[in-house]
Order: sequence, then structure tokens, then C-alpha cells
Amino acid sequence: MAILHTVNKSPFERDALKACVRMASKGSSVLMIEDGVYGATKGTTASNMVTDAMKDVNFYVLSADLKARGVDESRLIEGIKVVNYSDFVNLTVENDKVQSWL
Amino acid sequence: MSETKKFLFVNRKAPYGTIYAWESLEVVLISAAFEQDARMAFIDDGVYQIAKGQDTSELGIKNFSPTYNALGDYDINKIYVEKESLEARGLTVDDLLPLTYEDEDDDWAEKDSIKVVSSAELAELMDQSDVILSF
Amino acid sequence: MSIEVNGKTLETDEEGYLADLNQWEPGCADVMAAIDDTVLNENHWEVINFLREYYEEYQIAPAVRVLTKAIGKKLGKDKGNSKYLYELFPYGPGKQACKYAGLPKPTGCV
Repeated sequence: MAILHTVNKSPFERDALKACVRMASKGSSVLMIEDGVYGATKGTTASNMVTDAMKDVNFYVLSADLKARGVDESRLIEGIKVVNYSDFVNLTVENDKVQSWL
Repeated sequence: MSETKKFLFVNRKAPYGTIYAWESLEVVLISAAFEQDARMAFIDDGVYQIAKGQDTSELGIKNFSPTYNALGDYDINKIYVEKESLEARGLTVDDLLPLTYEDEDDDWAEKDSIKVVSSAELAELMDQSDVILSF
Repeated sequence: MSIEVNGKTLETDEEGYLADLNQWEPGCADVMAAIDDTVLNENHWEVINFLREYYEEYQIAPAVRVLTKAIGKKLGKDKGNSKYLYELFPYGPGKQACKYAGLPKPTGCV
């Protein structure tokens, strides 16, 4: 049972990403959207948490939300995949269900 | 205007997830139009408001980051960014918009508006303000 | 409310500001000015064009004080003063010129 987890809050303001990482089981996927994309950047107080989780979980980040916030792809944690809206749709289809961490 | 007060606008939210950043910017510009002494502080996720390179075209919403460049025209040239907030987010002042103003008392020389300060310095600035508005 | 410009009907708010600034074309300014019994000359256009450039760069319509200072810097001191701008736009350089330029009412304008 693969789950797509979406996170739309900044990890520095809410604990949505933290809760998500705690609950995401092996083989599931996490897609960072809206203010959640800040969690995909390296060198932050949240980076290690994401890097650790990446051993078991696939991480994705939505391109349009990165651009809006001026986050250059060079600042992303290595291994996080940048996706567009149609990839987002495919991810929801490929997984059995979607869990939104708000 | 009988009296000029020192206003400090404290910005703590990322720009697009909520409306706070834009609301703050509008109130700042309005207060400056009434010739109040307005200063801005960017702490926590608020530092993301003045990040360089924002492009909202794919979201279909207004990119208001260019408006921060107009602050100098409004004589808002004291912009404080908390050092600890930048560091926690892996950012440096080079990742921020190069906000400047022209100093009337120094032959209109272009000067930086942004000052990176510690939490302690920011606490002192809050003490010195007459009015603090939080966004 | 709406105005007719070159055969097109463009929506405005109750004060006559264009609802969608992307619909603006130079003809809008002439039509709006005619409503105020004004005929636009090149001095009006200088300010209108300046406002549009300012909006393009900063995404806001400047407050009158800021507009006056910026006009002075760009077009010279004889134009960067309230007297000159109010003579051109008696309803207020911020309000009236921004309206003709298709911009929203200046931020901080009451």
C-alpha cells in the first residue's frame, strides 16, 4: 500500500514535515508543495531530518512553488526530484492514496 | 502631522502561503505615505519574503517581491534581518534582494537598506519602537 | 461601470479605475480624460507613461510624494513639484494620473 504524502507548510513554522517523516513508511513518497518546498533546501535546521528519511522514502518537490519563492534548484538537498504539475497528478495516480500534512 | 512615531513592522511569514506578507507591505507603504518613521524586521520565515529570484508566473498570482525595491523611494531604509533566522535556513544576505536607498544627506549616495542583526539587537530595536505591528 | 474604448467595453470600478489593468491601451486614457472634460497633451502623457513604467518595475502605483520626487529626478525639478503635477491633474496626480494609466489607486491614497 503505497502512500503519497504531501506537505504544504514550512518546516520552520509548523511540524507537518516532522510528523510526515515520522509516519512515512518504506517505499512511500513525500511531495513538498507551497511553503513546504522550503523543507527541500540544504544547510537548514531541517535538512538532516529529510536526508535521514530519504533512505526509505522518495522525496519530490513542486517546481512552480520553488520558482515562486526564488528557491534555485542548486539549493536543494541532493536526491530530491523536482516535478511539475502533471508529475504531481501521476504521483497521485501511481499511489494508492494521498495523505495531506497541513 | 503632530508627532512622528517609530513603527516597527515585524514580518515572520513566508510570502505566498498566507496573505500576511503582502498585507504587511501594504500597511508599511501606507504608513510611510503618512510620513511615519517605519522600520521593518524580517525574522523566522519572514526572511523568505525578501529572497531573490521570485517568479510566480506558473502559480498565476502576483509576484510582489519587486515592490520591496520601492521601499527606498518611500524613505523606508531601515530593514533588519535576523542573523539566526538566516542561518537556520541556510541563507546568507547574498540570497536576499539588494535593497537600497539614496541618502539625501550624503549627495544621494546609494546605500544598503538591509542590516543583518542578532536576536539581541532586534530585541533592543523592539524596545526602542513606539509601535510594533506583527505580521 | 464600464468605458467604451475602440469598440471594446472595458469594466471599471465605481471610481472609474480599470478592473483589469492588462486591458489598458492608450485609448483608455483619452476616454477617461474626456469623462473629466480633459484633453491629454504630451505633458500628461509623460506622467502617464512614467507611472506605467513605475508599475512595471515595482508592481505598485506610487504615493504622490514618491511620484513627485521620482518625476523630479527623471524629468527635472520644474516638473517634479506638486504645483506642476496638480495643474496637469487637478483631481490629484496620484488618483487621476494612475486612473488614466490603467493602474489601481495608489497604495496609501485615501
